[in-house]
Amino acid sequence: MSWLMNLIFLLIVAAVVAWVFRFAGQKITGNKPFFRDMPFAVAFGYVVGLLVLIGAVSYYFRPVEVNGVPAAGVIFFRWAVQGFIGFAIAAYLFRLFGRTVGTSGTRKLFRAMPLTAAFGVLVILIYALVSIFAGSIAPYGQEEIFANANIVPGGNPMMGGDPNFPLGTDQIGRDIYSRLIYGAQNTVGIAFATTCLAFFVGGSLGFLAAIVGGWLDQILSRAVDVLMAIPALIFALLLMTIASVWSNQLGIDRTIFMILIIAMIDSTRVYRLARAVGQNIVVMDYIEAAKLRGEGMGYLIFKEILPNATAPLLAEFGLRFCFVFLTIASLSFLGVGIQPPLADWGTMVKDLSQFINFAAFAPNVATAPLLAAGAIALLTVAVNFVVDWMLHKSSGLKD
Amino acid sequence: MGSIFQIILQRLALGVITLLIVSMVIFVAVNALPGDFAQAILGQGATDEAVAQIRADLGLDQNYFMRYFSWLGNVVTGNLGISFAQMNFASNMGGDQLVGVVEQIAPRFKATMFLAGVTAMFAVPISITLGVLAALYRNSIFDRAVNITTLSSISSPEFFLAYILILVLAVLNPIFPSLSNVYEGMALGEKLNRTMLPALTLTLVVTAHMMRMTRAAIINLLASPYIEMARLKGISPMRVIVRHALPNALAPIINVIALNLAYLITGVVVVEVVFVYPGIGQLFVDSVKIRDIPVVQACCLIFAAAYILLNLMADILSILSNPRLRHPK
Repeated sequence: MSWLMNLIFLLIVAAVVAWVFRFAGQKITGNKPFFRDMPFAVAFGYVVGLLVLIGAVSYYFRPVEVNGVPAAGVIFFRWAVQGFIGFAIAAYLFRLFGRTVGTSGTRKLFRAMPLTAAFGVLVILIYALVSIFAGSIAPYGQEEIFANANIVPGGNPMMGGDPNFPLGTDQIGRDIYSRLIYGAQNTVGIAFATTCLAFFVGGSLGFLAAIVGGWLDQILSRAVDVLMAIPALIFALLLMTIASVWSNQLGIDRTIFMILIIAMIDSTRVYRLARAVGQNIVVMDYIEAAKLRGEGMGYLIFKEILPNATAPLLAEFGLRFCFVFLTIASLSFLGVGIQPPLADWGTMVKDLSQFINFAAFAPNVATAPLLAAGAIALLTVAVNFVVDWMLHKSSGLKD
Repeated sequence: MGSIFQIILQRLALGVITLLIVSMVIFVAVNALPGDFAQAILGQGATDEAVAQIRADLGLDQNYFMRYFSWLGNVVTGNLGISFAQMNFASNMGGDQLVGVVEQIAPRFKATMFLAGVTAMFAVPISITLGVLAALYRNSIFDRAVNITTLSSISSPEFFLAYILILVLAVLNPIFPSLSNVYEGMALGEKLNRTMLPALTLTLVVTAHMMRMTRAAIINLLASPYIEMARLKGISPMRVIVRHALPNALAPIINVIALNLAYLITGVVVVEVVFVYPGIGQLFVDSVKIRDIPVVQACCLIFAAAYILLNLMADILSILSNPRLRHPK
């Protein structure tokens, strides 16, 4: 409980300093409006923020080693801060690059872009490149098994590492670095394919329901209501149990069942949106005109409605991709998703998770599972930042 | 007042019907399994007589409709069957004291409820406070920092947050245990201590969403004329929000809280597995892996029922709190 006492003591000190700070500001600047109208809470906020900053900086510069024992907390904190600053600088440079190079349209886009969105676009681009060229970037194959298992990350032979395997090898001797890269291809690729399938099915059915209406709309909508009443992850787990038996009997890969199941579950959410958007478009005069021209259903859906529903569907695509990606990662983490020998981040986290317990005396060892989990988090955070910005831009919200 | 009760009754009836249809979906899904339970229980080396015996015991020789209704009748009377693992154990070891699925699930359900309760106790006050503060100091550094942090924590997978918390609070600074092996009859303080990490993980996930909705609901109201009036009277910004905006924003906030508690049900599965917390989610995943159909079926039904119930509650609360919804056209 001593840390709680310290915290309370620090907060009291901060409160006193905040009062002195505001009082001194008022006296020195001759009651400038900035200090005169400052509520105490704001002054307190500034002081606490300053204290946190001072604490962080002093913690950052603490020695990495005490009497030959690595100070793991400091090392992890340095990595986190370096990663954060590194990404911030990269995003800033990327935005600067986008502002100066390219057509006037893209330059304009980059000029109005917040840093978080630039970060998101950059990360998505990197992931796309890595997953497309995984075969030529990765030094080894994803299924290649080497003689030495459990090589420690870091590549330092003194610490049990190996320069040939910069991130070490896993419990049966596969190169973790290569598997991380192939994981981009498998996890992201499968999630992307699933989302596309969900959008194709859900989108076309939703638009169809909006155009035809009547009993078709009723049947589809009630069916979707029922499917949405079961939590997505629970339903996916139930269906995966059944699929695992089927896949053994039919000899079809379990991953294909997973794609179909998750696409089915997520298409219900897409259906809802597509139907709502479609219903607003169907009442327009140009749809009536197209119908009178005698255009077919396919033309109506893909040439008349779809182009006018792109903006909301695109934002939904980003969010849906995140959900699908997280569901697949969670299923794999629980052991029923993407199956080995395919490299996949969720499975890697599960397999390597026990190494986190060594973090206190060997920080290197703990990095492997965190990198895999971080790779998942980084992509979803990036997509969310971009979607957030897109929604903000299209809704015209300023406050 | 009569119309309110009528609406609530209508919603409740709708909820019961939904639950019935969901039970049908689960039943159909489980019966889409190739082969049947009898073979699944006994494995490959089963003799034909043994399979026929078990088929008769489980009532598998009847048609689908009869089986569905007898299953449903059993569920309503609180009999969820016996798990395959238990049957296997009994047939191999010769024991005859079978533990039913209900007895298996009951303590785990209690444990999960405890976890959800602890999480709600942290998450609700924190998210409302943060939401009010973010609305008060909107577009400041504080607002932006909270916005980025919450957006990141919503979008990270639960197990990433869980392992980060284990790393920081269990391994580097041993404050809480990383394994939450609670059992019944444990002292409350010890139980809380062990539940802390899973509860904190879930809090991180849920708080983000609730806080963003609180902020949005309050900011939405700040444009209305009566807030302008309050400001012109010279009330401090904090008081404007707490006294004038918050009570009117309470309806959407309560709605969001109920919806997030429903979301907790899904999130709880992964978190329980990470921390080996003996809740219903852990049981569910274990049964999925060994294809223990009766347990999977029962867990699925319980999750769906809780999910529907919480959504129903959100629905009813939002109707109660909004007079315009009380009088449908």
